[in-house]
Amino acid sequence: MEPVIRVENLVKRHAGRGFGRRAPGFTAVDSVSFSILPGTTLALVGESGSGKSSLALCLACLERVTAGQIWFEGRDLAALEEKELRAVRPKLQLVFQDPANSLNPRWTVGKIVAEPLLVQARIAKRERDARAAQVLERVGLSAEYLERRPQELSGGQRQRVAIARALILEPKLLILDEVLSALDCSIQAQIANLLVELQRTYGLAYLFVTHDLRMAAHLADEIAVMSRGKIVEQGAAEKILRHARCEETKSLLGAASLAPEAIAAVRER
Amino acid sequence: MNQILEVRDLRVAYGGRDGGVWHALNGVSFGVGAGEILGVLGESGSGKSTLAATLLRLLPANGRIAGGQILLEAADVVQMDAERLRSVRGRRVSIVFQEPSLALHPTIRIGEQVGEVLHAHGTLSKRERGERARGILAKVFSGDIERIFSSYPHELSGGQQQRALIAQAIACEPVVVVADEPTASLDPTTQREILTLFQTLRDQFGIAFIFITHNPALLAGFADRVLVLYAGKVAEVGPTHAVLSSPQHPYTQALLKCVPQVAAGEALRHKALLPVIGGSAPSLAILSRGCVFEPRCEERMEMCQTQEPAAAMLGNRHEVSCLKFPA
Repeated sequence: MEPVIRVENLVKRHAGRGFGRRAPGFTAVDSVSFSILPGTTLALVGESGSGKSSLALCLACLERVTAGQIWFEGRDLAALEEKELRAVRPKLQLVFQDPANSLNPRWTVGKIVAEPLLVQARIAKRERDARAAQVLERVGLSAEYLERRPQELSGGQRQRVAIARALILEPKLLILDEVLSALDCSIQAQIANLLVELQRTYGLAYLFVTHDLRMAAHLADEIAVMSRGKIVEQGAAEKILRHARCEETKSLLGAASLAPEAIAAVRER
Repeated sequence: MNQILEVRDLRVAYGGRDGGVWHALNGVSFGVGAGEILGVLGESGSGKSTLAATLLRLLPANGRIAGGQILLEAADVVQMDAERLRSVRGRRVSIVFQEPSLALHPTIRIGEQVGEVLHAHGTLSKRERGERARGILAKVFSGDIERIFSSYPHELSGGQQQRALIAQAIACEPVVVVADEPTASLDPTTQREILTLFQTLRDQFGIAFIFITHNPALLAGFADRVLVLYAGKVAEVGPTHAVLSSPQHPYTQALLKCVPQVAAGEALRHKALLPVIGGSAPSLAILSRGCVFEPRCEERMEMCQTQEPAAAMLGNRHEVSCLKFPA
């Protein structure tokens, strides 16, 4: 099967910033390669500062890469002009961590969800509203939410709206940047289920960026562990979870543990 | 065990702009022993942050304590006047907030911010305070204390900022420190380091911690006891092992099932749908007559609608507020 996206030796370097003593440049993503098949999930795990969000922005074509290729539908996105990228972006959609900050508080849910249609295509308002209602339905919100505003919604509902906005252009790949980490456990489970169901129904590919190795193992087919801009370990989810080789992975595993051995270590007083 | 903090039937309500009343805590009772780590587990709207603020009487202007007692070393915090409160806060009980970058003053050096606490509660000279502050920083940082002492908050990493806040909290050797989601903004490895620091401070100085979180995974292997808060009430409280490995309250059971199970030896139920808790959290505007979890509970019985469950003791200090268990 042909991968949805194939990344080869991707490098993202940020120029130094600041006045006076100029900070040296910083390599956020250092020669990273991977591919994602249709209907599968690659989880990108790592500590803060490991470069996973920079990589997510590069894939979403919101940041230009410094070197390397991003192959998508037979074209190298890294080499495309801004004008051409505009036509590609609908197929690579990004969902952010904190839905409270990524949704315009003054707009209604209907307007938020339909905005990508306005940007990308000339579609009549009535058609836009119909599509918005349809896509809300898919994420488990009834049409009555169209007129609500983000602050009237719970965290989980807001994240559903953010996912609906990403889905309305019928993307091939969803880039999910820490979409569960701002949510409570019980809500995390609901959104995780939604992601699984959407993937089954529409064959979407996901890049699931997270520092929660437990959720990564649950949702992903493959896990890539990032540290200091490089992928230090990559493989099937089960393998990474059970037979981690790198210290970074083991440290993330330790942090995620609700494992019986950790509970047994509790001192009874 | 020697109880240093005892909360009895605590009730807190917020006034809404439209004149409505929100009942954030509805009869919360628990105790904390000297040198004990109590994990408070709750989701958004459970009242966990209200609880943290109330223990130090730091409620916003529209919040009010509607009843109950907070006995700190046998003195009731609820009844204290402003002067008494000032002498207790920071000295006997202190708090560590969630976002260290917001809790620290951006233009004052760390050493001075730690010394400030000593200034508020003592008569030390500036020089003595500086020396003491270095000593306190040495308890929470390893390595270059001088550099930390003279740094501004923005020069420190998130984990270091959180350590600086902890240094402030323990400066006057309080008996109990309330920590409200102190690790929520940190990455997993730093989180673990901070938890280890709490344990060390407990072991060395006998400080008790009330550690508030929404993440059950953090409490395993860390807290001595866990209290589960739901809609302003205690659902379950008991030894960490008992609450996390064999939860008895239907809410705790449902909550822990939401977390993907990846324990060693178990097959990975890859992309299987996770069990979710049906319905949504109850409105805090209405005080229910029966059990607050009843509308979402899979084991509800007829009496749950009308009868409020009292805490039933299941042995070994494990208490569950559910009508399945006769009180």
